[in-house]
Amino acid sequence: MRIGVVTFPGSLDDSSALRAIRLAGGTPVPLFHASDDLKEVEAVVLPGGFSYGDYLRCGAISRFAPIMSSIIVAAEHGFPVLGICNGFQILCESHLLPGALTRNQGLHFVCTDQPLIIENTSTPWTSGYIKGDRLVIPIKNGEGSFQASTETLHQLESEGRVVLRYADSNPNGSKNDIAGISNARGNVVGVMPHPEQAIESLTGPSVDGLAFFTSILHSLVGR
Amino acid sequence: MALDTVAIAATQPETVQPWRELGLKEDEYTRIREILGRRPTSSELAMYSVMWSEHCSYKSSKVHLKQFGEKAPHSDALLVGIGENAGVVDIGQGYAITFKIESHNHPSFVEPYQGAATGVGGIVRDILTMGARPIAVMDPLRFGPADAVDTRRVLPGIVAGVGGYGNCLGLPNIGGEVVFDATYAGNPLVNALCVGVMRHEDIKLATAHGTGNLVVLFGAKTGGDGIGGVSVLASETFASGKAAKRPAVQVGDPFAEKVLIECSLEIFTEDLVIGIQDLGGAGLSCATSELASAGSGGMSIQLDKVPLRDPSLSPEEILMSESQERMCAIIEPTKLARFMKICRKWDVTATVIGQVTEGKHLEITFNGELIVDVPPRTVAHDGPVYNRPMARPAYLDTLKATVLPEVKTATAIKSELLALISSPNIADKSWVTDQYDRYVQGNSVLAQPEDSGMIRIDETTNLGVAISTDANARWSYLDPYNGAKLAMLESCRNIATTGAKPLAVTNCLNFGSPEDPEVMWQFAETVRGLADLCLEMGLPVTGGNVSFYNQTGSVAILPTPVIGVLGVIQDVTTRTKMGIPAAGLKIVQLGNTAENFSGSEWAHLHGQMGDRAPTPDIAAEVRLIDLLLEAQPLFESAHDLSDGGLAAALTESTLRNNIGATIELLGALIPGGVSAGLFAETPGRILVTVDPANFEALRALAKERDIPFHPIGTSGGDALVINGATIPLTELRQAHTETLPRLFG
Repeated sequence: MRIGVVTFPGSLDDSSALRAIRLAGGTPVPLFHASDDLKEVEAVVLPGGFSYGDYLRCGAISRFAPIMSSIIVAAEHGFPVLGICNGFQILCESHLLPGALTRNQGLHFVCTDQPLIIENTSTPWTSGYIKGDRLVIPIKNGEGSFQASTETLHQLESEGRVVLRYADSNPNGSKNDIAGISNARGNVVGVMPHPEQAIESLTGPSVDGLAFFTSILHSLVGR
Repeated sequence: MALDTVAIAATQPETVQPWRELGLKEDEYTRIREILGRRPTSSELAMYSVMWSEHCSYKSSKVHLKQFGEKAPHSDALLVGIGENAGVVDIGQGYAITFKIESHNHPSFVEPYQGAATGVGGIVRDILTMGARPIAVMDPLRFGPADAVDTRRVLPGIVAGVGGYGNCLGLPNIGGEVVFDATYAGNPLVNALCVGVMRHEDIKLATAHGTGNLVVLFGAKTGGDGIGGVSVLASETFASGKAAKRPAVQVGDPFAEKVLIECSLEIFTEDLVIGIQDLGGAGLSCATSELASAGSGGMSIQLDKVPLRDPSLSPEEILMSESQERMCAIIEPTKLARFMKICRKWDVTATVIGQVTEGKHLEITFNGELIVDVPPRTVAHDGPVYNRPMARPAYLDTLKATVLPEVKTATAIKSELLALISSPNIADKSWVTDQYDRYVQGNSVLAQPEDSGMIRIDETTNLGVAISTDANARWSYLDPYNGAKLAMLESCRNIATTGAKPLAVTNCLNFGSPEDPEVMWQFAETVRGLADLCLEMGLPVTGGNVSFYNQTGSVAILPTPVIGVLGVIQDVTTRTKMGIPAAGLKIVQLGNTAENFSGSEWAHLHGQMGDRAPTPDIAAEVRLIDLLLEAQPLFESAHDLSDGGLAAALTESTLRNNIGATIELLGALIPGGVSAGLFAETPGRILVTVDPANFEALRALAKERDIPFHPIGTSGGDALVINGATIPLTELRQAHTETLPRLFG
């Protein structure tokens, strides 16, 4: 099962995402921003990092990368895409997901082991969880505060498109404690926490992130 | 201004030159004239002034630092020693590790964010230059009093700068220190350590040889930032009333550095370079003269080919600019096309600016005119050497012994402990460390506040490395010779506490003005102590950095040798953590406590310094390290006793997993009673927990190694109970964690 991970200039968690796919049992495929070739992958991860240095706005330049034109077209036809942190920001800039990620309320970069609640298990990236599952996954970002209009928030909530919510305390001022959302179809998911850094008990605070990667493999098999 | 050429310099010897403004002394200027047999051109003067600065030439420290070579122990692990951009050691399985620590103190005081950011950027390029992929950073930081107004300006900026740059490079920040002391007001210390990994065969050196080979400058364009950073900023004492020095601070672009790293690593993979050097302090002056000096000697550079961010820069400014994110490589002409293709892939600007030539001169032209013609060795290596006067400091004769309250009752134990663990130096540092990404790259096995940072090197074999940085500047103030030894011993202990074996040493020696004989004495004693200890323990020094002039007016900082030790662990899954993992474990203190509060945090809290540093017992420390490594399978947790003594260690070990402990200190058995038991910082002690089933086995091993073994309590409950003083963990946590957020927001 081939899952791609895109490297943009300034991507940082691409190697960790590739490792996560491998440990979940998939075949990780590195993709490069400058090519529009998806190399026959069946799903793609946009990893964390500071693509293009986060200059202008996080994700604002990456959205115009050649690889994104292929991903945007495919995603509109149901191709599974997971955006993590900077990847989530790129998905918002690409209009594959609504809303925007703005500077953290405390104005600091925050790296912490964040308690979270799984809200939606109908996406191909979260089908291995049980609704209400409590996870601990690292967050690490300076611009992770999810903001959207009242109408958009209402729509996300009423359609059950909030995938992941901060538990215990809201680390960055995100509206409705939102840590992750999906598009209407559910194939495109963006999350601020880093599931690829919670794969091994040796290096992460938990292994709670692994199910994102096993979920997609099961979803693709069962399709 | 007209171009000052070699021809003009030869015919107009009487031109008055601004050598003093560039930081040179009169005899140094005279010496340059002697070397060249004429006056230097303005460009040559610029090069000599930056390369002969204290920062680049080590002119005051050289005579002492040579002890690291003279007393060097034999080490099979050392692959590249002092003198290159960073030392390299063998860790087995074909892997080599390079690591080094550097200071960026003065720029960080002038412009905290950019100063700290470019400090990280500079040390990362040093590591990259060796051919290694950077894998982690650490940042020992020191500030003035936590509640001082200027600390509130300096600290948030420095922390944001370290984080802003390191986070954007994708380097996990796995440790460091945050220390407050009045002497650092006006002289904050920003030291940055970087570790990198490579295969043995991939080691690169800074050398230029092979006539006809090309000199390629790649990375960011050259701008007007950081001109004279090393000579003006790093090599002078701050005096009030002088003009702002902000233009001398470099401006960092971490994104440019990130792509430069990926681009360089791809170039290394294809073996496209003969030699490589990063552009840091002294910019092109340093890179060209060092590359040529370490090679066959001949090099010609066409300075007008250097891509500029600001086209109005003069040749002197181009030579002195410390613009960040630049590298200089020597490559064979046949490999140029492939080199350029990789640079284009990463959108990195690369320009051929010269070639390696026959002969022994570095010749630089600007629009066809010869503006520099020097023997490169005279610029890079044959700078002035000073054997500065030294004097044992007068303050050593006026030190007073500590007079501290007796802590006996439960009430006193609780109040003194809470006061100590909430004091800025001992309080929880999450406010700082949560601004750093410790997870990126997915190989961080341990990160702060653990005793050492630990990185997995090989996912298949689980080979890993541990790194720790330590200093106890107050002990160095009381006794610089033993203070340096104690810092290195603590660092070694921290490595062994996590289960790794100490392998090599780096250092960053932060001192006041070398022109003050008392400071020079502190420095000389420190180097002597370190060199002696390295020889005694068989650990090589792989490189380091000296930062002088850390003083405002006549007040120097505490002598602050920051020691970094690298260790190797064969299987990272066996590492020991500091947190007590379960209830019902036996708590044991390994090592004896002595009654000496000098230099301790508890004495500091009571406004006292004391009069004598502990005398290190090196044989006992070595036995303790052996015990820690041998008995590692028996430990459920282990934590070094150092700053804040047992009180701080118990606080940190219980709060880590929220598991309490009941401790009974038999004051009658401890010299100095319960006060010393809790608050003394006697070196050579470790707090461990063991399963009751392993208790006797550990006792037997400790006896075999002749390490004192003191059972002091049991884990469990939701409070830390010491001799009847009950401190609920919630109250302990509140006291420990509230301080920094309250001070810094």
